[in-house]
Amino acid sequence: MDFGLSQEQQMLAESVARLLRELCPLNHVRNVVESESAVSAQAEAALAELGLNGLVVPEAYGGLGLGMLDAAVVATALGEAVAPVPFAGRKVLAPLALIEAGSDAQKANWLPRIASGGVCFGVGLQGLVTRRDGSGVSCADGRLTGLALFVLDCEEADHFLVADDNGQLYIILAQSEGVEQIALRTIDATRSICGLRLSSVPAEALRDDGGKAAQRIIAAGRILLAADSLGAADAMIAQAVAYAGQREQFGRVIGSFQAVKHMCAEMAARNEPCRSLVWYAAHAFDAVPEEAPLMACHAKSHLGETGRIIARTATEVHGGMGFTDLLGLHYWFKRIGFDRQILGGPETVREEAALLQGWIARAA
Amino acid sequence: MDLSYNPEYESFRDEVRGFITANRHLAPKGAGRASRPSPESVVWQKLLIRHGYTARTIPREYGGFGADPDILKSRIIAEEFAHAGVPGGLANQGISMLVPTLLELGTEEQKRRWIEPTLAGDVVWCQGYSEPGAGSDLASLKTSARIENGEFVINGQKIWTSTAKEADMIFCLVRTEGDAAKHRGISYLIFSMQTPGIEVRPLKTMTGNAEFNEIFFTDVRVPIDQIVGQRGQGWFVANATLGHERGMLGDPDALENRLLALIDLMRQEQVDGHRVIDLPAFRDRLGSLQAEVAAMKYNGMRVLSSQIKGEPGGMAKLIVKLQACELAHQISALAIDALGELGLLYHGSPHERAHGSWQWNYMFQLGLIIGGGTAQIQKNIISERGLNMPREPRLASQGER
Ligand SMILES: Cc1cc2nc3c(=O)[nH]c(=O)nc-3n(C[C@H](O)[C@H](O)[C@H](O)COP(=O)(O)OP(=O)(O)OC[C@H]3O[C@@H](n4cnc5c(N)ncnc54)[C@H](O)[C@@H]3O)c2cc1C
Repeated sequence: MDFGLSQEQQMLAESVARLLRELCPLNHVRNVVESESAVSAQAEAALAELGLNGLVVPEAYGGLGLGMLDAAVVATALGEAVAPVPFAGRKVLAPLALIEAGSDAQKANWLPRIASGGVCFGVGLQGLVTRRDGSGVSCADGRLTGLALFVLDCEEADHFLVADDNGQLYIILAQSEGVEQIALRTIDATRSICGLRLSSVPAEALRDDGGKAAQRIIAAGRILLAADSLGAADAMIAQAVAYAGQREQFGRVIGSFQAVKHMCAEMAARNEPCRSLVWYAAHAFDAVPEEAPLMACHAKSHLGETGRIIARTATEVHGGMGFTDLLGLHYWFKRIGFDRQILGGPETVREEAALLQGWIARAA
Repeated sequence: MDLSYNPEYESFRDEVRGFITANRHLAPKGAGRASRPSPESVVWQKLLIRHGYTARTIPREYGGFGADPDILKSRIIAEEFAHAGVPGGLANQGISMLVPTLLELGTEEQKRRWIEPTLAGDVVWCQGYSEPGAGSDLASLKTSARIENGEFVINGQKIWTSTAKEADMIFCLVRTEGDAAKHRGISYLIFSMQTPGIEVRPLKTMTGNAEFNEIFFTDVRVPIDQIVGQRGQGWFVANATLGHERGMLGDPDALENRLLALIDLMRQEQVDGHRVIDLPAFRDRLGSLQAEVAAMKYNGMRVLSSQIKGEPGGMAKLIVKLQACELAHQISALAIDALGELGLLYHGSPHERAHGSWQWNYMFQLGLIIGGGTAQIQKNIISERGLNMPREPRLASQGER
């Protein structure tokens, strides 16, 4: 019995964090997003060097063959650095979809290219969680029509993994006729999100398993968003504590005022159990799959709530400085805000948890 | 992450389950809130000790089971008893706080005399620390003990003392070195509650019961060898055990059991022909608490793993008392809200649910948020020890803290 990260996982976390400290400090993040991009080429290249494109791709297909906890650990490091790196969708959910629902031929075709960075996916699953503004995708004669909103990791995507309204998964080519990309600009400039208007787009279907794989991929996405939020919250707490140790008012550092100390203590006390929850949810995804959907909901909703409190409290600790663009604290604030809403905000996800446990019946 | 147990532990778990199945008919019913264990509880306690399911690592010569420390086995025992809904070993202040203190700092004579009957539930203790003028700032306590003819002579007052009315014995902090600095003038004494000069006055609490008391000492004479540790070291002796108390207040199994009871309640209770759980606002709150309980459960496993490896628990451990007590309180709060006006019923009223225990818990858990180091004191500790933030600057007039 050992609840925690393995040595290898700690090393993975540390090497990603070190690399990001070096190649992706805040001023670099700023430069990237100010050039209207959500992809740091230098961070991407270095992470590819570490093998992150194939993080979850089985070794037989040229990947590292690692699991969800490894992916979560990476997501936490990325969140901590507010790194503009397409990770959850492109590097984890897309290959997982193929692993879960691809035929042998499809795996052999796609997985090695994902691992080598030869293909880049965007991932559109939001419609299976919430449908708004007329979103919805249907399939007829192997062609997709409809609107997919909040597609993850769109920048530089040459392919999209898209679900239809029944949870069936498809791969489409970004350049296909009938694909119109709608650039969506969220508060979080470090993530690239788009909408896809699809008009009779030829699509390669993955195995029809009644939407099971799609639900599993959504669970994975929730765990990774929670893990990202955890890292962003860690960074905000650390910055608040550091700032409170320097800034002086009334002749003393503000970190010696109890009101400020208690804000920091509350953030830490709320945040720390979140770490274990994220780790367990990620562990369950691989080792206790029957628990994974519920644990993913718990992690997503609880980290969403905790993240929001930490984001505002850490900002408050910085006073007016926290509110400025100058300090850049808002990058973390917005990252946490993004993680909270995508693939279901806390209320939505808790409702799903209630259904999963049979607290209530699914509406017919 | 390896959450499997090796075969030795799996078979240990089977053993514990076997014991529970074979013996659960002997377990005391409604162990409840009685502060003095019932005769059935004492019989049960002794049976558990004989089988090593409580007092497991305490040496045999002191009345324990004498097993080598094995945190995982202790955890398995706790888990299995909790899951079976069968009371485990007694967990009163004598067992949780005094026994570890004596084991660590008591004389051989003190260990032999007090540990066994305490474990067995035959001797009940109370904790005489807080005073009217010394709560969070415990080290400013004033109850004094002067030395006269080879005896301590104690005068002063304690307050908020749980179980003082039922207790046989007290472990008590008193000021013996009047001229020493505040933390260095305290001694840790143990003596009988029957000693002449002790008066206990029950204090009725908000729950309507008298869960704690005031104690008045007038020339209470205690033999000089009834001190644990040296004179003036009482603060450090007491601190050796405060950690044990905080551990006792953050039990993840207890949280999980309360949550399960709440889920049952919300599935059963009906309002306007709907189950409470069918009402979205209540269901949403339940979902929030469930996620938080899960987080605390895995946080507990993480702390446990670091203990097994002999590593310090760090932040994960520092936050347990604060978070777990608050969460327990929130669970009771939701139960009361789910019951609405029925949640008000108390005192054995018609239509009352669960003997009014949700209300009792809601109130008592607020007491636990205050007792054993208030929430604010916990935040001081988290910020200072966990986040290395500066201590409050001392006022010039205040002297040593
Ligand atoms: C149910 C219950 C059982 C108890 N059982 C026992 C027992 O068996 N034996 C025993 O000795 N004691 C017992 N206590 C006493 C308990 O330990 C004290 O109540 C507790 O330490 C707080 O002290 P106080 O009541 O004097 O409050 P105070 O210390 O006066 O606190 C009042 C308020 O001021 C705040 N405060 C105080 N100091 C600070 C600070 N430095 N920074 C920020 N805020 C501060 C507190 O957080 C609190 O909100 C029990 C209490 C309860 C509620």
